[in-house]
Amino acid sequence: MIDINSVNKTFNTGKPNQVNAVSGIDLHIKSEEFLVIVGANGSGKTTLLDMVAGSVFPNSGTINIDGVDVTKLPDHRRSKWIARVFQNPLSGTASDLSILDNFRLASIRTKKKGLSIGINDTFKNQVKEKISTLGMGLENKIEQPMGTLSGGQRQALTLLMSVMDSCKVLLLDEPTAALDPRSADIVMRTAEEIVRDYRLTSILITHNLKDAFTYGNRIILMGEGTIVKDLDAHQKLALKQTDLYDWFG
Amino acid sequence: MDFYLTALLQGLCFSALALGIYISMKIFNIPDITTDGSYTLGAVITALLIKHGEPTYVTLISVVLAGGLAGALTGIIHTKLKINALLAGILVMTALYSVNISIMGTSNLPLINLSSLFTLINISANLNYNTFWILSIFVIVITLLIGYLLKTDFGVSMRATGNSESMIRSLGVNTDRMKITGLALANALTAVSGYLVSQQQGFTDISMGIGIVIIGLGSVIIAETLINWLKITSIWLSLVLVLGGAIIFQLVLAITLDIGVNPNLLKIVTAAFVLLIVSLPRISFRGSQND
Repeated sequence: MIDINSVNKTFNTGKPNQVNAVSGIDLHIKSEEFLVIVGANGSGKTTLLDMVAGSVFPNSGTINIDGVDVTKLPDHRRSKWIARVFQNPLSGTASDLSILDNFRLASIRTKKKGLSIGINDTFKNQVKEKISTLGMGLENKIEQPMGTLSGGQRQALTLLMSVMDSCKVLLLDEPTAALDPRSADIVMRTAEEIVRDYRLTSILITHNLKDAFTYGNRIILMGEGTIVKDLDAHQKLALKQTDLYDWFG
Repeated sequence: MDFYLTALLQGLCFSALALGIYISMKIFNIPDITTDGSYTLGAVITALLIKHGEPTYVTLISVVLAGGLAGALTGIIHTKLKINALLAGILVMTALYSVNISIMGTSNLPLINLSSLFTLINISANLNYNTFWILSIFVIVITLLIGYLLKTDFGVSMRATGNSESMIRSLGVNTDRMKITGLALANALTAVSGYLVSQQQGFTDISMGIGIVIIGLGSVIIAETLINWLKITSIWLSLVLVLGGAIIFQLVLAITLDIGVNPNLLKIVTAAFVLLIVSLPRISFRGSQND
């Protein structure tokens, strides 16, 4: 599904503050694989994810998604495959727009945003039905601005928004880092359900080792821009939570 | 009374400009001051084409295209060359002064006794009333068009572009192209104000655009203050308040002149009035914030 071939990314090349964020990474992610990436700050996790999303371009190497070379495609042209949940709840939703407007945009992620009015009663009901699956009582607030909701509610909605339109790859960049434990739990469980129900290929970056242990069927540890450990589904099952803590010891 | 009617007419003429500033400043969150140039550009093209005897709809289309082009230029400089929006606007505005004076060939062009938008149909025998009705219809049509646009999928994407760029990019929108389109639209509206004002006052002057951006900003700020106070989320009501803002602004200036303030002081009154409107919410809520 996602093929990353000898990708390099260096920031501030030739300057005293040069950073080799990602050095020669080869990574092949199969369809429906749920990959968890852990690693210390500055190990290149987010840069790698940004390169898959298209918001950062590699200096060398190629990235293929679903057999298509997307190395030079900007983020807005990769949206036909990729949906994304950001670390900051504010980045994944538009605060001043209503919940309904946000969902409308998400529902035409892979399509043209044309000059017709897309929000009608059928669409409203569809959104209400979808939101009610969260059990947060938000289905009666769809006309409210997104900004009136809490971070946890917004992240949960962002997850739902990602499957409003056809989606193959879900990128989760520390989606629960800014949330309280209870909201974090709801968001992660929603994510897992969506990944399973829609059979998505997913990448989760997390600093929460409990989540890294609980979720996903493959885990890699990154360090200084390279892959240090790579455990497949079988090996991950055999992994103990304490082993994970030892990786950072 | 005629004095206040003229102020009302001016307010209606400036409502296109106010809608333009609303789009660039509130929808896209871009401080765009191409305005001074694109407003005059609209007025210059109007004067030339009316003098040339072109029908008013040809004039209007030309004005919209010229204003759109000016705005798109600011947008391209801002997004493609990564230049601060304020500076990009100043550059285009400055360059437009030369463009305007070159194509007009003179610094002032009177349009007395020439056919215009306001002589197109006779609704009332009184010229001012006639102008009022035609202007009102014109402004209503523009407002309906902009309101509809903001409700469409394209319009929702526009609103999201100024609100959460990372989100809307991940949802497949080319934000650079969207901003260029938005600035083109905003300046097309501004140019339409130039088109209306030059016909309403009966001349185009090369310096008529100097400081005009404050009229748009003032109108939008009046509207925004009301929107926040009344907690309005409806697009339609917001647009109506922007129109109201443009009219209130002109009426305040008319009152200022009426009570005998020296016209030379008008600009300082304008600045003080905008300052007052901006600071009003902060002054009145200060007590509750400090305790």
